[in-house]
Amino acid sequence: MNKYYLGVDLGSTTSKAVIINENDEIIGRGITNTRSNYSVAADIAKDEAIYNARFSVLEKKLENEINARPEFKKYINDLESVFQYEQFKVRLDRLGDELVATCNNFFKDETKRNEILNHLRSIRRSFKPKIKHDYLYNNLGAKNQFFRDIVSEKYNEEVNKLDMELFEPLMTVWDKSISPAENQRVQFNFQELVQKAMEELREKYKNLPDTISDNNSVNFDAEMNLLKGNFDQVAETLRQHIEEIAKIEFNIANMTGTGYGRALLPFPSDCIRSEILCHAFGAHAIFPETRTVLDIGGQDTKAIQVDKYGLVTSFQMNDRCAAGCGRYLGYIADEMSISLNELGPMAMKAEKDVNICSTCTVFAGAELRELTNLGEKREDILGGLHKAIIMRAMSLIARSGGVFNEFTFTGGVARNPAVIKYLTQLVKENYGDNIKLNIHTDSIFMGALGGAMFARRNIQADLPAGKKETKTV
Amino acid sequence: MADPKEAIKEKSMVIQKDMLAKQFNELSRAKEIGKKVVYTFVPGNLTELILAFDMLPVYPEINALQSGMRKKSGGYIKDAEKIGYSEDVCTYVKCDIGMMLNGNIGPTGEKLPSPDLLLLSYTGCFTFLKWFENLERLYPGVPVAMLHTPYQEDGNITKDQVDYMVKQLKEEVIPKFEQVSGKKFDEARLGKMLENSVTAEEYWVKILELAKNKPSPIDAYFAGVYYMGPINTAFRGTDECVEYYQELYKEVCERVKNKQLPVNPEGEMKEERFRLVVEGPPNWTNFREFWKIFYDMGAVIVASTYTKVGGLYDTGFRHNPKEPLESLSRYCMGCYTNLNLPQRVDLIEKYVKEYQADGFLINSIKSCNSFSAGQLMIMRQIEQRTGVPVGFIESDLVDPRYFSYANIKNRLESYFQMLEQRKIILNQEVNQL
Repeated sequence: MNKYYLGVDLGSTTSKAVIINENDEIIGRGITNTRSNYSVAADIAKDEAIYNARFSVLEKKLENEINARPEFKKYINDLESVFQYEQFKVRLDRLGDELVATCNNFFKDETKRNEILNHLRSIRRSFKPKIKHDYLYNNLGAKNQFFRDIVSEKYNEEVNKLDMELFEPLMTVWDKSISPAENQRVQFNFQELVQKAMEELREKYKNLPDTISDNNSVNFDAEMNLLKGNFDQVAETLRQHIEEIAKIEFNIANMTGTGYGRALLPFPSDCIRSEILCHAFGAHAIFPETRTVLDIGGQDTKAIQVDKYGLVTSFQMNDRCAAGCGRYLGYIADEMSISLNELGPMAMKAEKDVNICSTCTVFAGAELRELTNLGEKREDILGGLHKAIIMRAMSLIARSGGVFNEFTFTGGVARNPAVIKYLTQLVKENYGDNIKLNIHTDSIFMGALGGAMFARRNIQADLPAGKKETKTV
Repeated sequence: MADPKEAIKEKSMVIQKDMLAKQFNELSRAKEIGKKVVYTFVPGNLTELILAFDMLPVYPEINALQSGMRKKSGGYIKDAEKIGYSEDVCTYVKCDIGMMLNGNIGPTGEKLPSPDLLLLSYTGCFTFLKWFENLERLYPGVPVAMLHTPYQEDGNITKDQVDYMVKQLKEEVIPKFEQVSGKKFDEARLGKMLENSVTAEEYWVKILELAKNKPSPIDAYFAGVYYMGPINTAFRGTDECVEYYQELYKEVCERVKNKQLPVNPEGEMKEERFRLVVEGPPNWTNFREFWKIFYDMGAVIVASTYTKVGGLYDTGFRHNPKEPLESLSRYCMGCYTNLNLPQRVDLIEKYVKEYQADGFLINSIKSCNSFSAGQLMIMRQIEQRTGVPVGFIESDLVDPRYFSYANIKNRLESYFQMLEQRKIILNQEVNQL
């Protein structure tokens, strides 16, 4: 039987899970927002990684067929997306139950209660099809695909359309319901859900317009055209394989928990490891020549030096203040009323870097308003903010000993193009042209990957409590 | 605690406890018994000289750290800030000022007497100067004696520097002592006390060096701060001080013989997993929690620089009864924070090598520039010269607002896991050869 290894990285903002096989290849990734119940966040990330692993096993299994028939790949990708929607639907139902329960508890007056309940029903009716459409046609785009983010955005949109006097009661009901809904772990039957997804997908393909001009919101492409007309045949060919992968037992031979919330994970203590070691190990595994790692996460910036084995020789972390980390960007995005993912692209349009102080997140917000008043362009202010983040990171890097070749950048913030731009620029200015900068598309998963790799190797870096169990290396 | 071995260990602790009780009791009755009180600092303290004039020393930093350990510093600091001390001022100063504002109740609950003399015997820390200027204002009319201690900028103590300090002792310090105490300077008496100092110093060095044993019988930082008490403060030069170190030496030798590991508040350590050298003072407000992170992980501090803050003896310096004033001068200039950075690096390198440490850790203190300036350079140098993994954490002396347990624990856990991995890899490399 194949053996798999799991790494869970419970960060301050997102929880990530990675499953690897015996060759250290990533076969499953799962990510969700960290919430008050850490264990649920970890479980959801892990469940998602396992679902994702099933799909990637499927793709791997059909590698040859997929190469010959691009529509297979399209079908599998669409299926995964619809599969996510099926999960989303169940969560939405749970949230609906919570909303009704909150309403019943909260409003003693029957008329008021019924009024609010009616509004909740109509809100739900109006946003559900939109969300379905976004999932089915991959329109979620760069937005955060976490349940909470998607639903709250739509809910807010609908509430804002209503009378102002409804705002407060509807938001109160929301605030009281979202956390309990989010802190439940919903367990899905993969087989059942994937069946439903296939049916849903069939409906989608059946209703596809004939030409692009019929509906511009549909992303037409070559694969889609290949699918049109013979989707039933594709589905039937794949059905048997899909049923097979649904039955695979993912035997997790060992696991490691890491990240800021690691101590709260329901893992044995010898399966808990510092995220500094995990990030370094993950980054080194992907880029084996790595000697310096910079990780910018939600609340930590870490500058790490590693040796030829990927083991940490020294590290520096931000102390006392998390300005310049992911949350700093989140705060700025809120201040500017734009989504986190739009920040980087907007900052890329900067024509100059406005000087902004990075010592305090809250002050940066004030500075931003002041600079806006002074007539600075948003893009330029954002350019300055992104530069400020990197300036702060550069100081930590200097404290840890500097940049050595190769230099790998990891963490959620590594997806931001403006951060990469300024990092490249400042590394060049400070450490010369000969530094190779590595950034991987999986940069946010590096900690979880490192954890999974530690789990596979079983290198003991345990706490005393875990030492009693002897394991074979 | 019923363990007979524990009982033997306790003898030195009992001696120290009695010494401290007697000291604070005497201080509370100073006026009554007609003894004059000198406020002074631990680095470069002239304890023997003070005692030779029958005066009683009070060390404000010790009071501050005691307030920190007794969870009183937070309130004292707030009171000092209320009257205008900035957030950035050294928290020892603010804690001390706050304590005085609150009636100057010392660590034993007895009131501390007001100073009859302020003796600034160490100027390596600029804050000390300002601190005493403020005390002067709190105690109007109190005489101040200042002894300027030249920094070892070139890494050695020159004859000129010694002459300069002796001159100050003769012309500034001793006349003020005579004036305040009403007694004549008795060089023979000072010499006699310095003989005791030398004996205690010999024992102290031997005790510290027993940590070279594997496993180490003592923790030279967390327990070291207790061991260093008598010799770094009010007792150096006394018979009790000699007795204390004699006893402690006996106890530690016994521990070595029995292959016993260091004792912590929860008992004896079970296993020595990591040997560390630590630079910088500890945090006092969360001292126990801080210590626990180390002993829970099996980390023993085999050498520390902080325990040398009141005198550095393990590189050979001893007080000299034959040249009392010269040796007091050399002592002042030789205390740890008066060394220049290359000297500090050399000393730490020596510790890492001689005590066979697995790692070097810095606890960088927000309040203390004397310690913290240059620490990153020290860290890099030690890493390059010794190859041991280095770690860096930040906290404060007595301001509880600057101790973040979660952050410190997170960094230390990572650091210990790093050390563990390194050990495994090094073993594998050795086995492959």
